[in-house]
Amino acid sequence: MTRTEPNRSRSSNSDSEKNSGNGGGGRTTAMRVIVPLQGVVQGRGGLFLGSVIPCAFFYFLQFYLKRNRKNDESDNSGEQNSSASSSSSPNSGLPDPTRSQSAGHLTELTGLPRSLSRILLSPRNSGGAVSVSGRVNCVLKGGDSSPYYVGQKRVEEDPYDELGNPDGVIQLGLSQNIKLSFDDWVLENAKEAISDGLSISGIASYEPSDGLLELKMAVAGFMSEATKNSVSFDPSQLVLTSGASSAIEILSFCLADSGNAFLVPTPCSPGYDGDVKWRTGVDIIHVPCRSADNFNMSMVVLDRAFYQAKKRGVRIRGIIISNPSNPMGSLLSRENLYALLDFARERNIHIISNEIFAGSVHGEEGEFVSMAEIVDTEENIDRERVHIVYDLSKDLSFPGLRSAAIYSFNESVLSASRKLTTLSPVSSPTQHLLISAISNPKNVQRLVKTNRQRLQSIYMELVKGLKELGIECTKSNGGFYCWADMRGLISSYSEKGEIELWNKLLNIGKINVIPGSCCHCIEPGWFRICFSNLSERDVPVVMNRIRKVCQTCKSQN
Amino acid sequence: MGLPLMMERSSNNNNNNVVELSRVAVSDTHGEDSPYFAGWKAYDENPYDESHNPSGVIQMGLAENQVSFDLLETYLEKKNPEGSMWGSKGAPGFRENALFQDYHGLKTFRQAMASFMEQIRGGKARFDPDRIVLTAGATAANELLTFILADPNDALLVPTPYYPGFDRDLRWRTGVKIVPIHCDSSNHFQITPEALESAYQTARDANIRVRGVLITNPSNPLGATVQKKVLEDLLDFCVRKNIHLVSDEIYSGSVFHASEFTSVAEIVENIDDVSVKERVHIVYSLSKDLGLPGFRVGTIYSYNDNVVRTARRMSSFTLVSSQTQHMLASMLSDEEFTEKYIRINRERLRRRYETIVEGLKKAGIECLKGNAGLFCWMNLGFLLEKKTKDGELQLWDVILKELKLNISPGSSCHCSEVGWFRVCFANMSENTLEIALKRIHEFMDRRRRF
Repeated sequence: MTRTEPNRSRSSNSDSEKNSGNGGGGRTTAMRVIVPLQGVVQGRGGLFLGSVIPCAFFYFLQFYLKRNRKNDESDNSGEQNSSASSSSSPNSGLPDPTRSQSAGHLTELTGLPRSLSRILLSPRNSGGAVSVSGRVNCVLKGGDSSPYYVGQKRVEEDPYDELGNPDGVIQLGLSQNIKLSFDDWVLENAKEAISDGLSISGIASYEPSDGLLELKMAVAGFMSEATKNSVSFDPSQLVLTSGASSAIEILSFCLADSGNAFLVPTPCSPGYDGDVKWRTGVDIIHVPCRSADNFNMSMVVLDRAFYQAKKRGVRIRGIIISNPSNPMGSLLSRENLYALLDFARERNIHIISNEIFAGSVHGEEGEFVSMAEIVDTEENIDRERVHIVYDLSKDLSFPGLRSAAIYSFNESVLSASRKLTTLSPVSSPTQHLLISAISNPKNVQRLVKTNRQRLQSIYMELVKGLKELGIECTKSNGGFYCWADMRGLISSYSEKGEIELWNKLLNIGKINVIPGSCCHCIEPGWFRICFSNLSERDVPVVMNRIRKVCQTCKSQN
Repeated sequence: MGLPLMMERSSNNNNNNVVELSRVAVSDTHGEDSPYFAGWKAYDENPYDESHNPSGVIQMGLAENQVSFDLLETYLEKKNPEGSMWGSKGAPGFRENALFQDYHGLKTFRQAMASFMEQIRGGKARFDPDRIVLTAGATAANELLTFILADPNDALLVPTPYYPGFDRDLRWRTGVKIVPIHCDSSNHFQITPEALESAYQTARDANIRVRGVLITNPSNPLGATVQKKVLEDLLDFCVRKNIHLVSDEIYSGSVFHASEFTSVAEIVENIDDVSVKERVHIVYSLSKDLGLPGFRVGTIYSYNDNVVRTARRMSSFTLVSSQTQHMLASMLSDEEFTEKYIRINRERLRRRYETIVEGLKKAGIECLKGNAGLFCWMNLGFLLEKKTKDGELQLWDVILKELKLNISPGSSCHCSEVGWFRVCFANMSENTLEIALKRIHEFMDRRRRF
């Protein structure tokens, strides 16, 4: 869209200019353009003017366009940073329906006008709206209208409740572990910490921002438990912070400079766009995986993406994987992980392994192998390129408490991360609560085991139900999501078709699911369905809702 | 296709194959190597304790408020018979709370914060809970605002002397520069229009785009409120230059006499012009006034809708724990308690301040006339052998090693005059304060003899 706009305005502008004789401002420039160009052609020495005047014309054209563009208050500032390559797209808020491969080219075009307008509209405009940074645009643009936010809003306005609001919107978009084994465990173990109100002396003062040692020890134990004790995590290599978003952002700041990029196999978590890009100036280069490969990563495709980026002058600093993956829920095999390590070693880049669902492995097949296990026997030089992100909130159903961790073998990364946690620390009463909640190994084991059983049973119910409706899912062995193939239901094999179906699911089916485009999936028609919010009783309700939508689709086709 | 790739691959390896980190990771913009933080280290290694280590280092470099802690403790413990922390719901109430991860923050907590902030200002300004964005501390709030208001290589103007943490908070990850507005003792370090213009011009001459002015009111390290006239001038300046005004009011509840504090919110309250209002942003935190730094509760209050919306979204990197929000919501909305707390806290801080200033005076040391905060701004210029930054650091070292007092040298606060030191008095018992004063007296006596 942006590509054609300047052309359209330009032709209308020059039309109006050609037609008018005199007048101020931009109108007289037309005459000055035409004459010198004539001069160039006829060799009357207008070469200089012939180059300068069109430039001036273009300069004023942008000014004209800027003034006539709809007044977006936050739009006044210039580009984010001059070192950012053309691939740092301004459209990168959260989910952005534009999935075209040429998105990078689109940005190059918009880059030029924006920098000119920055020069023209100096901040000396007193009385004009005060300008904010380029980041604001990134964050707000595409935000409110993206399926991710629209769906979330609908759930908030009209939330499903079995008894109170049976026709409400069922939340299948966000991972909240509501229905897991929370109740018993909470009542038994955390009761004291919760109900005694916590004596505040001893927790009120400043504490190390990267977390109390006691809590780190408890977290390390929890992480080991998730790997079935095949890895022993060292608490001194942990840095705690207020959420997985913060952990990923901190790593992005530490491992890459503004203008660099990470490779991210897609489909991926919708959150990465914000976490990695918003404030850092670091970009993401998607490496598409295909259904034909079961959405497994192909080293060849990865290689190609790296090479193409290099050709464009973009320096890749690392690759971000999730294991168990989001949204597919697949477990990366040992071979895959070793291949990744080789890849990273050969290119001398980092690996960020997002293992936030490690404790939620529910499938019988396959085993969860942490990146920590892979590098256990490697040289230091390779261990230092591996960084793991973990999130207590996913496994403990405590998203509100904001507690995640970075685990790294790289002392410099740990040192920098520790300092950065002053900007995103875990609240001290929360640390103390968590310590009392997860310090008992037996409890931790029980919790993890019960979690897995509950997840598995809901997952199987859901997949069975979907199958009966003719919807297949990829095999998920961990995490809270089903990755559902709804290509048979979309009216056209395109992003438009996918969004249409998403709309139907939300408005007719009244379920909030995440369309594949939010996960940057290159094939339209796939949907992410989060099932951790569901109880057994909810599954048939969801099925009925989806069946209703299926029927409308079939009757239309 | 395969062969060229293979050849490419080998040329990608750098010689030693050690993976590199970013510039942010390796820079020292975090500032933790400065004396400000070095003194803390000395304290950590040899901390004073009344009974167990009476000759240890007394920490006077940390602005923490422990004078009114007992009020909090009593309140929280009294109001929490078994189970009632989570209301009548008990554990299910906890579950709901632990699931709450909305970056809007608990409405009850925002309302409580708004009401608390209004009380501190004696009702002279109103705060809309929907304009409150929660962050995990004022540190995060300042950084987040900087990300939102400025692009990399832009600048914020900050009056000196300023809180050493700003070097990290405003610059490290944001890539934004700080251009100092120089203030000096000739007018009690107040900001003058000339100093403002001069700072702005300095930035322009260096081709740096100025995006805003960031002040701390009451000031850290001066321990004094910013006069109303100065605030009005500041706002005018920001309007003329079309830039933002950020007022970090983290010490607003620690002003000794409520009438002496004017918040920028009061000034904006009477302005209708949106283009003026929407350049004003306030930062606040419970760490200083309530003495709960470990809880990590900060806020951005902005009159600018886009800033509020963006800050809210970006606060996802630094949310306040829902448990913490819940714990504090009922306490902060208990107006009877907060009125009492604010009043008693002010009174106790004032008394402490008077104690230390008197004590220093008796030792022949003058302080800037202060009226707020958890510290005083002490002038030791007359003790310097060399009136240079090195001379100041030498003296600081002597005070740390001989007197075993950790105080903060003015140079770490970027003060343009040498010889000033910030001394915190609220993070210790009255006895400890007496001991500290005694050590200073003895030191001064020794010096007089030579």
